[in-house]
Amino acid sequence: MEVPILKQGQVLIATFQAALSDADLENLRRGLLQQVVRFRSRGVIVDVTAMDVMDSFASRTLREIAHMIRLRGAETVIVGIQPEVAFAMVQLGMTLEGVATALDLEEGLAYLIERFKNID
Amino acid sequence: MAKRETTTKVSGARNNQASELVLSEAPSELLRELVAHLRQNRTQLREEWVGRISEARLLTAMTKEEIFAEATSVYDSYVEALETETYEDLQNYARNLSERIIPRGVETHEVVGIVLLLRDVLARSLFAKYQTDFKKLNRILDAYEPAANRIANTVAVGFVQERERVIRQQQEAIRELSTPVLQVRERLLILPIIGVIDPQRARQLTEQLLRGIRTNRAKVVVIDITGVAAMDVTVANHLVQTVEASRLLGATVIVTGLSPEIAQTLVTIGVDLGKMNTVGDLQGGIEQAERLLGYKVMAVAEAR
Repeated sequence: MEVPILKQGQVLIATFQAALSDADLENLRRGLLQQVVRFRSRGVIVDVTAMDVMDSFASRTLREIAHMIRLRGAETVIVGIQPEVAFAMVQLGMTLEGVATALDLEEGLAYLIERFKNID
Repeated sequence: MAKRETTTKVSGARNNQASELVLSEAPSELLRELVAHLRQNRTQLREEWVGRISEARLLTAMTKEEIFAEATSVYDSYVEALETETYEDLQNYARNLSERIIPRGVETHEVVGIVLLLRDVLARSLFAKYQTDFKKLNRILDAYEPAANRIANTVAVGFVQERERVIRQQQEAIRELSTPVLQVRERLLILPIIGVIDPQRARQLTEQLLRGIRTNRAKVVVIDITGVAAMDVTVANHLVQTVEASRLLGATVIVTGLSPEIAQTLVTIGVDLGKMNTVGDLQGGIEQAERLLGYKVMAVAEAR
């Protein structure tokens, strides 16, 4: 299942609709990178509210996406991690270190806007 | 042919039964005699028992009258259990008794002690009664001892079970009470931890905190561990996990109230607390949280 990527001003928003296969994650990574380049976006929000499990591959891919996008000069925020998922991830040692996180889409947007202000 | 075989078998079984009956009749007959003896000497034996209880300084939490009243009912249930060889009533009575006396601080050794005393008092009276007939005494004791031991066992187990039930109940209550997640300001939660953290409680704490972050839309959480007496590797790791899980929900965690001893321990055992934001005390923690949230607290006079 494809993950739709929406453009909202300087920000790209990718919202997971359901659990994703490994191939979908790869597609998402490629798609996001291309779009960041194309739209010259400054921020990316990945919304994982719909995911009720997060395996190590998904977690690693999210981290890689964030780090790659940073190399393009943009900022990534992962939003909407469920409490149970967060707990399970931490127990498995998948802590997304170096990646910004926020409670939900609204918070993520507020965080990015704050960041842009600081940079400008 | 077959028919005849079955009939012989049946009659054979009947014979066996009959002989068993004869064998088992003897102890129950003895038991009946025993019960009659205990009923006859009820007053005297009961008094002797109560005397022995106060001599041994058991049940000091209860008054003499109370001991006497309880002793009477214990004695009667005891004799009844001996007579009927059913222990349910006694078990219920023991549980009921335990319920009443546990809150008054009666200890396990006291309950076991008084039941054993009663057993001894009754055994002595049997010795006295049958001292001339040694064989009879032996047979009476054969009947008495297993029943008496079983009774002692029932009462002790009943008491311990009741005690454990109380302890379980209290543990449950402590567990529920001990993990409040409080909102002190918009988007600022505090989580004061008091007492011992075991893995189960740590897990519950984390779950409650994460849920609290979500429902209160918190951005900053202050975890205050002033009330935590000791910390080991496991607990420290739980704390680190809680901090990381909160971060995944977009909340910053500030840990406050690490005592010098705990700080020393953590450094010595080499727990990596680099990922944690720590501030000396709760006040400092809340101030830092306010800074993070963009609040500025000042006296009204200053602001004018």
